[in-house]
Amino acid sequence: MTGPGKPYVRKVPSGRDGMWASAGPPLARLDIELTERCNNDCVHCSVNLPAGDAAARAREWPAASWKGLLGEAAELGCLVVRLTGGEPLVREDFEEIYLHARRLGMRVMLFTNATLVTERLARLFRDVPPLEAVEVSVYGMAAETYEAVTRAPGSFAAFRRGLGLLGDQGVPFVVKGAVLPSTRREMDELEAWSARITGSPARPSSAMLFDLRSRRDGAKNPLIAGLRIGGDEFVRIARRHGEAAVDEWRDFCARSGGPRGDRLFTCLASGGSASVDPYGRLQYCLGLRHPDTVTDLAAGSLREAVTGFLPRVRAMRSTNPAYLERCGRCFLKGLCEQCPAKSWAEYGTLDTPVEYFCGVAHAQAIAAGLLEPGEKAWAVVDGKERVERVERRRGS
Amino acid sequence: MSMKIDLGRVYGPSEDVVVREIEGEIVIVPLVSGIGDLEDELFTLNETGRAIWSRIDGRRPLAAVVRELAGEYNAPDGIIQEDVVGLLQELLDRRMIVDRG
Ligand code: SF4
Ligand code: SF4
Repeated sequence: MTGPGKPYVRKVPSGRDGMWASAGPPLARLDIELTERCNNDCVHCSVNLPAGDAAARAREWPAASWKGLLGEAAELGCLVVRLTGGEPLVREDFEEIYLHARRLGMRVMLFTNATLVTERLARLFRDVPPLEAVEVSVYGMAAETYEAVTRAPGSFAAFRRGLGLLGDQGVPFVVKGAVLPSTRREMDELEAWSARITGSPARPSSAMLFDLRSRRDGAKNPLIAGLRIGGDEFVRIARRHGEAAVDEWRDFCARSGGPRGDRLFTCLASGGSASVDPYGRLQYCLGLRHPDTVTDLAAGSLREAVTGFLPRVRAMRSTNPAYLERCGRCFLKGLCEQCPAKSWAEYGTLDTPVEYFCGVAHAQAIAAGLLEPGEKAWAVVDGKERVERVERRRGS
Repeated sequence: MSMKIDLGRVYGPSEDVVVREIEGEIVIVPLVSGIGDLEDELFTLNETGRAIWSRIDGRRPLAAVVRELAGEYNAPDGIIQEDVVGLLQELLDRRMIVDRG
């Protein structure tokens, strides 16, 4: 043979550059929301239904359907599946679905609150590892603060027990926080504890800007909205460890390309990922449940949905004057959380500028020296020039 | 002490890994723990490895695989043998193939 010799086998951390000689497979990652049910009832949660919600449970896809879908995803080249919820471990058939994904040669990203981790499950993760660190949400450093968030008595002890079981079996995990009234004072403690238990100095990420309910079942929205921090508070928290975060915001703006124009979707590249809700409906992404961006997989194949439906969604354009005049011209695209999923949760549309996220992005831009107080980002005629000028000034 | 590849023996994929063909690449995904050094590690084969891999079917002795490749590539057995043994030794050391007798 005339080809290259040793080494014949090459290690590739999956998902990194250099995995594919070609453009990559039609589907790199599949996000599966196994259930909307959860054994916690977190004050800020945009998804959860009660764990015992029989109607929701009856509508959820059974394991056999998920296994069929995973098979289709594998044929499309999918290497990573994210299992999330709700709390995915409330499903009794979680193990069956997990093992099926692993036996198809997929890595599994598990998002969990860890309260339902059993010794048996921790052993399974030890023996058949997910190949991704389990991502555990942490709602407080003590029972009092934790359960003020989860509103589930005993959940703190269950979470600590679950995490302990993962640790005992050497299952890699990372923890993620949430900045809420009861946990705000615990951020330093969370970071120090995370470094201790995971052995990694990387600071845990913390959810700060909460979404309203993605099903638009609005009764809880005033509660969630009341937990939101303002832009100035967001900036203050981001600056806790110095100016690196603010420097990064300027970088985002420098690298984010031109304004959106009438494009709705500037996220998730083609051939990237797709999401499926617990009832077998494919969504563009996890939070986006606008009917125009959802297709029922009972009516067609995953391949058709990924190669036909999603590209059509991705090509959708806005005709909303408010969007075109503001977001369409705004140079803070790389900073701002504005996207169709946020607009959907907030207003039931795909393209209404979300005032909350707009305010936060403006506070960030002021902190980064990109805007003067009172200035509107969409009124800046040449955003690229603005970013370059600020960066030059800082460099000199 | 690692086992040495023997041309008279039959080798096949191990059940400790899942081997997938995606976009023309052979991707080897660990199924059980202890295959990769890092938690998220996957493996691919280079071009030579890919050409050999499709013939490692757990049915024929390795010598037959070498003869078949030598015929197909019109190359001396010795050169082919070096690549086949080289690849299989790497795979065996990583528990990605097993000796089927
Ligand atoms: S644990 Fe997660 S899914 Fe459950 S209620 Fe809390 S935030 Fe929602
Ligand atoms: S900062 Fe405001 S105008 Fe700019 S993209 Fe965000 S929501 Fe739109």
